[in-house]
Amino acid sequence: MTAVSMPSDHAHHMASVPYHAGPAPKRIIVGFGFWIFLLSDIVMFSAFFAAYAVLVDQTAGGPAGADLFDLRSAAIETACLLLSSFTCGLASIAVGVRRKSWFYVAMAATGLLGLAFLGLELKEFVALVQHGAGPSRSAFLSAFFTLVGCHGLHVSAGVLWLLTMMAQVNAKGFRADIERRILCFALFWHALDIIWVALFSVVYLMGVTQ
Amino acid sequence: MLLGKLSWDAIPFDQPIPMIASGVVALAILAVLAWVFLKGHFPYLWREWITSVDHKRIGVMYTLLAMVMLLRGFSDAIMMRSQQALAFQAQGYLPPEHYNQVFSAHGTIMIFFVAMPFMIGLMNFVVPLQLGVRDVAFPTLNSVGFWLTATGALLVNISLIIGEFARTGWLPYPPLSELAYSPGVGVDYYLWSLQISGVGTLVSGINLVTTILKMRAPGMNYLRMPMFCWTSLATNLLIVAAFPILTATLAMLLLDRYLGFHFFTNEAGGNVMMFVNLIWAWGHPEVYILVLPAFGIFSEVFSTFSGKPLFGYRSMVMATMAICILSFMVWLHHFFTMGAGADVNAVFGIATMIIAVPTGVKVFNWLFTMYGGRVRFSAPVLWSIGFMVTFVLGGMTGVLLAVPPADFVLHNSLFLVAHFHNVIIGGVLFGAFAGYTYWFTKAFGFRLHEGLGRAAFWFWIIGFYVAFMPLYVLGLLGMTRRMQHYDVPEWRPWVIVAALGAVLIMIGILLQIVQLVISIRHRAELVDATGDPWDARSLEWSTASPPPDFNFAVMPKVSGPDAYWAMKQKAAASANADVATPYEAIEMPRNSPTGFICAFFATIMGFALIWHIWWLVAAGLVGAYATFVVFAWRDEDEQLIPAEIVERIDRDHLAKRRAALASARSAA
Repeated sequence: MTAVSMPSDHAHHMASVPYHAGPAPKRIIVGFGFWIFLLSDIVMFSAFFAAYAVLVDQTAGGPAGADLFDLRSAAIETACLLLSSFTCGLASIAVGVRRKSWFYVAMAATGLLGLAFLGLELKEFVALVQHGAGPSRSAFLSAFFTLVGCHGLHVSAGVLWLLTMMAQVNAKGFRADIERRILCFALFWHALDIIWVALFSVVYLMGVTQ
Repeated sequence: MLLGKLSWDAIPFDQPIPMIASGVVALAILAVLAWVFLKGHFPYLWREWITSVDHKRIGVMYTLLAMVMLLRGFSDAIMMRSQQALAFQAQGYLPPEHYNQVFSAHGTIMIFFVAMPFMIGLMNFVVPLQLGVRDVAFPTLNSVGFWLTATGALLVNISLIIGEFARTGWLPYPPLSELAYSPGVGVDYYLWSLQISGVGTLVSGINLVTTILKMRAPGMNYLRMPMFCWTSLATNLLIVAAFPILTATLAMLLLDRYLGFHFFTNEAGGNVMMFVNLIWAWGHPEVYILVLPAFGIFSEVFSTFSGKPLFGYRSMVMATMAICILSFMVWLHHFFTMGAGADVNAVFGIATMIIAVPTGVKVFNWLFTMYGGRVRFSAPVLWSIGFMVTFVLGGMTGVLLAVPPADFVLHNSLFLVAHFHNVIIGGVLFGAFAGYTYWFTKAFGFRLHEGLGRAAFWFWIIGFYVAFMPLYVLGLLGMTRRMQHYDVPEWRPWVIVAALGAVLIMIGILLQIVQLVISIRHRAELVDATGDPWDARSLEWSTASPPPDFNFAVMPKVSGPDAYWAMKQKAAASANADVATPYEAIEMPRNSPTGFICAFFATIMGFALIWHIWWLVAAGLVGAYATFVVFAWRDEDEQLIPAEIVERIDRDHLAKRRAALASARSAA
């Protein structure tokens, strides 16, 4: 990718149209492409959100959200995830200043907070199933488990990706391509936060007030 | 337990038709493999094609996949037409459960494994060349996307011999597609092959959007892009926005079937209409995902062969983007009769008719592009004119169906079947064939045989009208779609005429195969050394045919629309002065088997999921993850092509082009 400067013979009659300088640098291309992926992922979540909104009252005589949701546990989950976004940001800064030790610490903290989130979610799921409120109890619970579980699967994949990136940095250092992957990972992790905020609001907060 | 639900009962030994069909397919595959290995072609194939991350090679492979699957999808079509021709007051030769699989497979294959890969293949091949760049944004991911699409196609074909395919139609509406009513593996084959190939499609969409928005040659402003790049941008934006809805919807159906969820069941509060809404929220944009690239191809063809810039370029861009947005606002017209009520139906009916406006703008732009031009009536132009006539007709029956009261009479009848074949064959397939004929020379360096191409066109278009105009009549006579047999004597003559039309189309397809074989045999006579056989206007024609790995020895600098046309004018004005070109070394991505290996594991995983072989699912998942880690671990992902080699290849091409141009001038 070579940067192309503006050829002089075009300058005078191109005043109104900004001159397109040619292909963007690789970092921009990779980041942009990953943003497009995240948007598509958010579209997928929106379909699950829509399904949840359609089915939220279809409890089939079984429990509703107000009977099931533990707002305290969900609040702790939220705290874990938001905090992990902060530590993930620290990891990105550590990459910027090329500090491997801080990178490991921040990534490990991110991963542990992610695991804590997953543990709490799993605990909630197990308790629900044990109380006869599993996903096949009603359409509402099907939609709930799918929406929350899909986010949980994303976090699990994120943790696996996080560990892979730590191993990569350990083996290869902060190479340009690895730095781009860490950029994508960070975008992914923050996007999961955004989805969780919507999920916490729509599912848990609106669920208990019904 | 070790093999899940799989046993010898899965193979239909008692049914001669699938046994013979799959036997023939298996023999053909074995013969090709034997030829490849015995002749020692495998290393070449592996090195140059299977592991290639070159967008041109991947584009060619996509197109090839589409053509092979067209044969499969068409054999389903000819089975349906012959069954209906025979099944008057009789059972015909296809039992109902088999006939249902045939029409389901026909629709699924034609949309997902013919139309989609054909268009994605052409976009992959052409877009980077038209933008004046050396590759797509994510070359290895591009290869992954292709091979995952191939996995989906493979799984659909495996269902022919092991188990069964869905009997639900090409969109598996619940509750029929739920476990209670479709307990076999047919729906599971459908779901997993589409989930896997859907990932491939999404990857390809992300890749091309990023390529178009972030990787244009210097000076290639948005409003200088060729129209095909604009329609590709719109299509890929639609892929990114719509395919995740399909993924989510099919995932919900999978959860219903595999884990007893209640999204779409009749019990426990499931909502069948939610499936219908969600699937068409993807399904209607999908129609435009298919036809927009075709609109781009026609724009290129009309402009090139009329020797004129595209008429109303900016209005064409506006119309394309308007269609892109409107396509998300009309999904309900696919189920007017399913209880939305008069007000809602009216809104969606009007929204649907509005789409006809930008489409009409396009038709007039193409007409005015030809007007006053010196039109050369070669095969791509024939396909394009055939498209214009046919598509306008199909569009008008579409507007008719968009009127809810008319739809209440015509829905689910053969009138509808005639309408969507009218737009998909007349729009998408004719576009694909126009593009195939137009860019074949660019891909391989020799032309397709012109006479056979024209003959194929005439058989196709006459066959199309003979096959599908009777279906309009049959729809008005009250014949519903998907009938295995019937007792109404008035229908019979029309059904037989339709079957004859299918035979004419078959001759068209055979002529296309013959055309390809003859063209390859006579490639020395059909060679094009200029790289610009049609006197065309966009950048893909400024390089050699086939283009070198790096597409352009020197990255083009664009100073206006119709970039290559402008370059040719400038060169003619300056008496073709040979300026010393500063060649530089070029970095290109290295080949990688990641895509192929990943698809191998995806195939295993898909098959294991269909048959509930859980240990194999886990093995496939671990294998796919390991593949990506190995890929991520490699140290050199690019190779440098030295400036001397770039220079040698380019000078070689320029010399050949000069010689060809000189001999053309002396012949004239």
